Amino acid sequence: MTDLGADREYASRLSACPACDAAPLAARIADSAAARGDLVLSLPTAHCAACITDVERALLAQPGVRAARVNLTLRRVMIDAPGREATDFIPVLEGIGYEAHELDASALGPTAADRQGRDILMRIGVSGFAMMNIMILSVAVWSGASGATRDMFHWISAVIAFPTVIFAGQPFFSSAWASLKGGRLGMDVPISLALILATSISLFETLHSGHHAYFDAAVMLCFFLLIGRYLDYRTRAVARSAAAELTALEVPRAVLLRDGAEQVVPLADLRPGDMIRIRPGARVAADGEVVTGMSEIDRSLLTGESLPVQAAPGMMLSAGEVNLTGPLDLRVTAAGQDSSLGRLTHLVAMAEATRGKYASLAERASRGYSPVVHLLALFSYGLWMYLSGDWRVALNVAAAVLIITCPCALGLAVPAVVTAASGRLFRRGLLIKDGTALERLAEVDCVVFDKTGTLTMGQPELVRLADLPDTLRPVAHAIADASGHPLSRALAGALKGAGVPIAPLDQAAEVPGFGVEGRWQGLRVRLGRADWAGDAAQEPVDADGPVSLLSVEGHAPVLLRFVDALRPGAAECVTALQHQGRRVMMLSGDTAAAVASAAKALGIDEFRAGVTPAEKEAEIAALAQAGAHVLMVGDGLNDTAALARAHVSISPASALDAARAASDMVLMGQDLQPVAEAVALAVKARRRIKENFAISFGYNVIAVPVAMAGLATPLLAALAMSASSITVTLNALRLR
Amino acid sequence: MEILVILIPVSILLGAGGLAAFLWSLRTRQYDDPKGDAERILSDEWDDRPKPPPPDQNSEP
Repeated sequence: MTDLGADREYASRLSACPACDAAPLAARIADSAAARGDLVLSLPTAHCAACITDVERALLAQPGVRAARVNLTLRRVMIDAPGREATDFIPVLEGIGYEAHELDASALGPTAADRQGRDILMRIGVSGFAMMNIMILSVAVWSGASGATRDMFHWISAVIAFPTVIFAGQPFFSSAWASLKGGRLGMDVPISLALILATSISLFETLHSGHHAYFDAAVMLCFFLLIGRYLDYRTRAVARSAAAELTALEVPRAVLLRDGAEQVVPLADLRPGDMIRIRPGARVAADGEVVTGMSEIDRSLLTGESLPVQAAPGMMLSAGEVNLTGPLDLRVTAAGQDSSLGRLTHLVAMAEATRGKYASLAERASRGYSPVVHLLALFSYGLWMYLSGDWRVALNVAAAVLIITCPCALGLAVPAVVTAASGRLFRRGLLIKDGTALERLAEVDCVVFDKTGTLTMGQPELVRLADLPDTLRPVAHAIADASGHPLSRALAGALKGAGVPIAPLDQAAEVPGFGVEGRWQGLRVRLGRADWAGDAAQEPVDADGPVSLLSVEGHAPVLLRFVDALRPGAAECVTALQHQGRRVMMLSGDTAAAVASAAKALGIDEFRAGVTPAEKEAEIAALAQAGAHVLMVGDGLNDTAALARAHVSISPASALDAARAASDMVLMGQDLQPVAEAVALAVKARRRIKENFAISFGYNVIAVPVAMAGLATPLLAALAMSASSITVTLNALRLR
Repeated sequence: MEILVILIPVSILLGAGGLAAFLWSLRTRQYDDPKGDAERILSDEWDDRPKPPPPDQNSEP
């Protein structure tokens, strides 16, 4: 009803200008997207014009879809489809070859960060407009306008510049004020001082029909510095929205059993003694003891073990493990902060606290820069006061020094490089969450990998399809299709890939904790644990990977071996890092045999198996103590503390929320190769940043004496400022 | 020199027009997806006929 009323209100305000009506309407549609229950899907693999049309066409062809629009910058698609669920569309997109994940639209929200970006853009627009107009007038003054004409030009400039500086300079004024109140001299203090001095002196000179006015310099300063500010914001906003997106991927809820009835509650409401139900495929919500149910538990995220563990009544489970086959009822023993997950969180917090704050190159530069600039300006004021005795001349020179030394190029030096580098990494599927991560990555000399889920996919793959006789393949496909167990899915995937048809199967049913059973042409078919599917006398199997047994009545049972496949690009990544002269290690919580075979396949000489989360963290700390700068790459909860402790850390997007939150960069795609490229690129980016500092300092060495000698005319200031800013930006663009 | 009385206001007005256009495009969120917009012109989706208007928002109960 309210919607209808609002629309009627719009209709009554229709005017002759279509844009005026479209503008608020467009904004309203964008704002109310979440309220109408619109769906947002993340599309990590979309990258081109064809992707946009493919996705939009496929979605619009679905019944009930009124609109679908891809946002390529954020790699998302917004779908307007009342009454439909995201799960309806994910298979459609996967069918045409696009990986898609549901995002919690309310968690993403129309963010305040977005408003901040538009705010800076607006200030850039206003100062750009003012800069161009004042420049036109200034050129006339520089080329020799004098007397009344010059004064008139100065007056018009003043009318444009004064409000512009007040409006566009606000971000600098407020941040300078904040740092002054905190007793610090940030980069924004000299900027604000230069802006205020330049404007007020120019006004004063205009009033007294002086020769020089610095309006154009003041406005240009605003313009260039705002561009730097925007680049900086843009890099962080992309990372922040991706972080929000990753959080939105998981909704922390638990199924509480109360008097036999199921009730979905937030995790925070769980208390020890509660009964909770863990459905197959769900994550265990709290520490607890299994009361009823049989199943298998995937512990890989918590401990790094790649083999599922059998769960039966009486067994203790930890929060974060994944239930695989059957429903389990759990009596909670510890929830929230007290659970094993909570203790791990504590370990992570400790690790983060001890890592300490990293002072970025820009911070270190500005720490030395601001006092020097202020002292120089003060010194020139005193000098000229002493030499000429005219405070007006002395103040003019001091302002010229402040304007010319003002870190215009310095303000662009880091953001321009970081934006260029992170843009290039983003296109390769690596997302930078922290601005200083790139600088830290450049210092890395030792890389520590986790195994399960990082170097390997964390998903089993069938080793030899040839083990399976041709006659049994269709029935194997059918029985594997009937189960959601990772081994069954791997078998079904391999058979589907080989083009094996599905045999008709009766009464296929999962036996939780053991396997699947069904009937094929009257024969009993079983796929699952060797001691259950085979004869009771079946000998125990010695294998270095997961195994599953397929038994069909009247046929010899077939033992199927699986291996945790290496992540694509893992071997190339390790080799590339070793070629770059970096030490590569592997720390895993998995069994010795599995770790050794993976290390051999990848060519890693240093590896340790059966490492606990605390040991991993201690190992990283010991390496850091020995002077190494460690890059940690990991995905599991068991890696989280180590990720937080390491100098810089990367986790794949498939990692748990906690691991992604603890790491500085997130790998969006499957391929591990961008990690090695990122390290190489970071080294290049750091070189560019240093070059940019050298450029802006070098230019100061020439410009400051000129300004102190009182020779810096507004024309010279304008030329020097734009020349240095443009050089710095062009140098940064060489990275792309 | 009298020409300046016309030329200066004209140049400022033209600049202000550009600024107004920029602010309008900013408010209508035309900078939300710069990468997508750059790619969209390559699509031949609506080259042969105009895009149909979106379904009526009021028809839903």
